[in-house]
Amino acid sequence: YIHIINKADMAASKGLKILVGCKRVIDYAVKVRVKPDRSGVVTEGVKHSMNPFDEIAVEEAVRMKEKKLAGEAVAISVGPPQSQETLRTALAMGIDRAIHVEIPLAQLEKLQPIHVSKLLAKVCESEKPDLVILGKQAIDDDCNQTGQMLAALLDWPQATFASKIEPSQDSKQLRVTREVDGGMETIDVSVPAVVTSDLRLNEPRYATLPNIMKAKKKPLAKMSPDQLGVDLQPRQEVISVEDPPVRKAGAKVESVEDLVGKLREKGLVK
Amino acid sequence: MLSSSRAALVAAAAKLPRLVTRYGYCTTAAGERQQQKPLSPKITTHPTRNDRAKDPRWKDIDMTRAVDEADVVIVGGGPAGLSAACRLAQLNAEKGTEMRIVVLEKASSVGAHIMSGACLDPKGLVELFPDWQERGAPLHTPVTGDKFYMLTEKRAIPLPLLPGMPMHNHGNYIVRLGNVVAWLGEQAESLGVEVYPGVAAAEVLYTEDGSAVKGVATNDVGIAKDGSPKDSFERGMEFHCKQLIIAEGTHGHLAKHLINRYDLRAGREPQTYGIGFKELWELSEDRWRPGYVEHGVGWPLDSGTYGGYFIYHLNEGSPLAAVGFVVGLDYSNPYLSPFREFQQFKHHPHVAAALTGGKRIGYGARALNEGGVQSLPKLTFPGGCLVGCTAGMINVPKVKGTHNAMKSGSLAAEAVHEAIGSGEIEPATYEEALRNSWVYKELHSVRNIRPSFHLLNGRLGMFGGMAYTGAVWYFTRGREPWTFSHGGTDHEKLLPAKDCKPKDYPKPDNVLSFDLLSSVALTSTNHDHDQPPHLTLYDDSVPGQVNLSVYDGPEQRFCPAGVYEYVELDDGSKRLQINAQNCIHCKTCDIKDPTQNINWVTPQGGEGPAYNGM
Repeated sequence: YIHIINKADMAASKGLKILVGCKRVIDYAVKVRVKPDRSGVVTEGVKHSMNPFDEIAVEEAVRMKEKKLAGEAVAISVGPPQSQETLRTALAMGIDRAIHVEIPLAQLEKLQPIHVSKLLAKVCESEKPDLVILGKQAIDDDCNQTGQMLAALLDWPQATFASKIEPSQDSKQLRVTREVDGGMETIDVSVPAVVTSDLRLNEPRYATLPNIMKAKKKPLAKMSPDQLGVDLQPRQEVISVEDPPVRKAGAKVESVEDLVGKLREKGLVK
Repeated sequence: MLSSSRAALVAAAAKLPRLVTRYGYCTTAAGERQQQKPLSPKITTHPTRNDRAKDPRWKDIDMTRAVDEADVVIVGGGPAGLSAACRLAQLNAEKGTEMRIVVLEKASSVGAHIMSGACLDPKGLVELFPDWQERGAPLHTPVTGDKFYMLTEKRAIPLPLLPGMPMHNHGNYIVRLGNVVAWLGEQAESLGVEVYPGVAAAEVLYTEDGSAVKGVATNDVGIAKDGSPKDSFERGMEFHCKQLIIAEGTHGHLAKHLINRYDLRAGREPQTYGIGFKELWELSEDRWRPGYVEHGVGWPLDSGTYGGYFIYHLNEGSPLAAVGFVVGLDYSNPYLSPFREFQQFKHHPHVAAALTGGKRIGYGARALNEGGVQSLPKLTFPGGCLVGCTAGMINVPKVKGTHNAMKSGSLAAEAVHEAIGSGEIEPATYEEALRNSWVYKELHSVRNIRPSFHLLNGRLGMFGGMAYTGAVWYFTRGREPWTFSHGGTDHEKLLPAKDCKPKDYPKPDNVLSFDLLSSVALTSTNHDHDQPPHLTLYDDSVPGQVNLSVYDGPEQRFCPAGVYEYVELDDGSKRLQINAQNCIHCKTCDIKDPTQNINWVTPQGGEGPAYNGM
């Protein structure tokens, strides 16, 4: 679809509308355990929190609001009923309202980035944001796909691994600095666009109690994948999930001759 | 009952330029309270020990706090705190009164800091919720079998468990207490209580004239490790309330502060403690006996060290068992490592038989109170009261305290409700109600069992205790007219290293026994690294001067999470390094530090261990 915004002066307009994605994942400090049947990892009773990169995305949206670059920030989460807690944290950080796309438990384990990006694309059709900020990847699957797929589905420009977002020189676009293998790359993207956050974009604020209490009054809308008309048929099948191999003990050698001898034994040195 | 070595040490400490008193305040030999000279590099950067009003880095920071009002604030969302909350809500419904009840819990979710065996006596729960079964309380494992053993190095000698003995468990349930507490939290919320996990109560607030408690303040966030404000700095908020209920569990930090301030231990004995370890094991199916409860004493602890073990086989669908070990913190040898005693214990043939083929999936530790009635402080103060383990209500021979904690919470709720109705500042009827309840009767009856361990100056140790239980207690059930004393605080009982022999512990085999750091990893504990360590020292120079030189740094051994390390500096001297991130909030260091120099305060809310149904 075509989305026209006032490109004259971003600061003068009522500001960008931002949609931020948050995913509820197992907390990064938890010692993860593989289920005995090797079909996945244990999640029952395990501490969960907002994906750290999504916290950074939420923080960026709130900062853009504070800088008057953005007018409204909406958080969205695709997940089980407990994802509401994740959205409440986003609201406590300064997001205006939240959308929860609730996934029934039976389909939760088979949910993949392709489904999430389709759901987000559908929501973008009705919400019409100027900017979508997602975490660059979730720490449970490490896929790093949702942002890119979403941009492709919407036919929007994408700026991934952002470490800085600011208005471009002429204020008509966004200037995004990206962290790439060779260093940093700065690009200008026109809005609407999809940006994914990297670690150094910002340091997220704490969701403190007064804000948590205020957030209880902010609107949280619920939607289902059926309402959005998205088919959650899995495209992949997980064969097994296993622990990383146990590191084998090394051996200490007493001298250089010893070392060479051992290397010869293993056929690594002639 | 001070040993002569301890007396000599006190005399020697008097010669030091700084005398660290029992409560840890720093005084000069002349008795003046003195601000410590900054030690470089500084260990303690926490604002509780560094006045921000005098710190130039805080000059332009707005320190005002948001204020909210509630009728009752409860610090701690454990069995005692949540029982108090639920009972208050029930009373309001019964009597048509309205109250705002707020529970503040420092763990990220209700139940995440709960660490217990646990073999639950359902008495307390039944009184609070007679319909607990319909409500879905997770009590899935009734006790089906009960055994008690005395372990020697090679053998396990079964001892008779007669009905009426405190260790007899018929009618009780093996539970994962963290899950029961999470359920209690849901009940509280459904009754209209506001429960806020992830929020730590950091400071007690007083009325203008300082006489009464008026509320609490939650923790500040966004302070850097060096004590300076970060961009994300935000002040905590204040809750002003009519009554404050402290339910922090054993040796709570606000409880410690209030007990000192209102001298609640006057005329009573100090509290004594143990450290409890627990691991969750997935057993090999053929060794799993759902509902089976086993307790025992003996190897590897020597007869002079109090302690024991438990193994509880759960019945919740998978072959899980809770394996635990308690070491009394009145031990005297600074070379003793409670953690390593526990790891060694699992190698006993009798225990190894149960665990072989199994996999350890959880680990945790927590201090527990052992003082019983002798050590109960005065329970009320102007503006509030203490409930549960924070006051100290564990029935030590029975190894159970949850039922007492829940009952005390309910009784406190009734007293608090009454006090608010009548405008009384102190909920004074609570203490009397507790003394007239089954909690007190039970604790009074077993009051002499734990201290009987010290009979004949401790020479008989565990044998003395067991002999007393069998020969005297079984017949008198506590009606004997005498009450044994605990003989002083746990930290006073530690002997200087030169008077003790180092202990040789076997290396962990990574099948039955494990090293400390991989155990700590299983607690999933975490703290924001860029914050002042919450293990604060009254005096940064004492660890090197006293703890290390006199006691060989016992904190390296009694901390179950590897927080304390003495690292060697370039000039060959050793310096205490505090790895605050590892802390699992057990409070053992605050209890056992021989110089009482360590003061545990709460870190930011939401931090600490993430136990899963422990």
